Amino acid sequence: MTAALYAARAGRQAVVLEGLVCGGQIVSAAQVENYPGIPAVSGADFSASLFEQASAAGAEFDFQEARGLRRTADGFEVLTDGEPLCCKAVILAGGAKNRPLGLPGEEGFTGRGISYCATCDGAFYRDKTVAVVGGGNTALDDALVLAELCRAVYLIHRRDEFRGERRTLEKAEAHPKITIRRSAVVTALEGEKRLSAVVVKNLKTGGEDRLPLDGLFVAIGQMPQNTPFADFAKLDENGYIIAGEDCKTSTPGVFAAGDCRTKTVRQLATAAADGAAAALAALEFLREA
Amino acid sequence: MAVITTTTLSFHNDVLNAPKGQPVLVDFWAAWCGPCKMLSPIVDQIAEEVDGIRVCKVNVDEEPELVETYNIEAFPTLLVFKDGELVNQAVGLRPKAAIISMLVG
Repeated sequence: MTAALYAARAGRQAVVLEGLVCGGQIVSAAQVENYPGIPAVSGADFSASLFEQASAAGAEFDFQEARGLRRTADGFEVLTDGEPLCCKAVILAGGAKNRPLGLPGEEGFTGRGISYCATCDGAFYRDKTVAVVGGGNTALDDALVLAELCRAVYLIHRRDEFRGERRTLEKAEAHPKITIRRSAVVTALEGEKRLSAVVVKNLKTGGEDRLPLDGLFVAIGQMPQNTPFADFAKLDENGYIIAGEDCKTSTPGVFAAGDCRTKTVRQLATAAADGAAAALAALEFLREA
Repeated sequence: MAVITTTTLSFHNDVLNAPKGQPVLVDFWAAWCGPCKMLSPIVDQIAEEVDGIRVCKVNVDEEPELVETYNIEAFPTLLVFKDGELVNQAVGLRPKAAIISMLVG
């Protein structure tokens, strides 16, 4: 959205393709307190505000998934489920998506007991029993969010130590509805049409037990979703687009901005910075073309 | 067509008594609900782009009676009415195409 804001303000026609809702991962953040100049804002308010700012500047929003790229005589075509979109330059800013557990049956249970977003789907599990898998801040935050709604919350983490912030961990440890299972992994998913139980293995004892539950929230990190564009933008071994601070990819006219790009820090502020850099690089490319 | 802000008082007229055969999409949203905010522009686009439908929004904090009548427990909830009957519903975020197919699919 930042790239679209810059491009639209520069007088170019800028179209944002978005498969679900604008904002990406930040929409799920309850509170953002580290964006320069804004002491505190919810992720959704931030996204809504950026959406309005970009729209007012003239950016267009086309709510469908970008499925791939094709070269044309004078630019590119972005493939969608409908008509392809013609353009002169492309900024890839697909972010990263939630990493799945990789267990048999996981895809079928997604939306039927398995979720990757507690903020989005927590409300479906009011007064139900759920588990969260993961050990970072997202997992801890998810457990706390769900504990407000659900009857019981299990927090399953494969290590003894949590990566998440100490203060959040202490809150989770002290919460009467949260049971923490350390050194434990989910090894199997059970259920007919919906997930009804998981098998949890204790990595220290090797013992397994069956945990009946209504919902499993997976919070084990992110992975990029750049494969549809790999013919145009070279990827590193983890699937991130290889591009420097100028956001230029292996194809002139194709740029990468935000979490989808190789970088060491993935923050809201760095994603916004990329959006500006990518748009300015794209504008320069259009001037020279 | 413009989005109609419907209330407990106008719901009958706006939604239940819509012209025969016309699907009506009702978006139950709240100002404090992040996903609702992000869904809102998509609902606005659908209202503008899809012919032969009507789109209404209900602010759940101002219309608790409607929330109770339709047993809305999570936000956003989208309901589709046709000829005064509830014919389709979805809780949570959906892609734009999926919402459109709820209406005309």
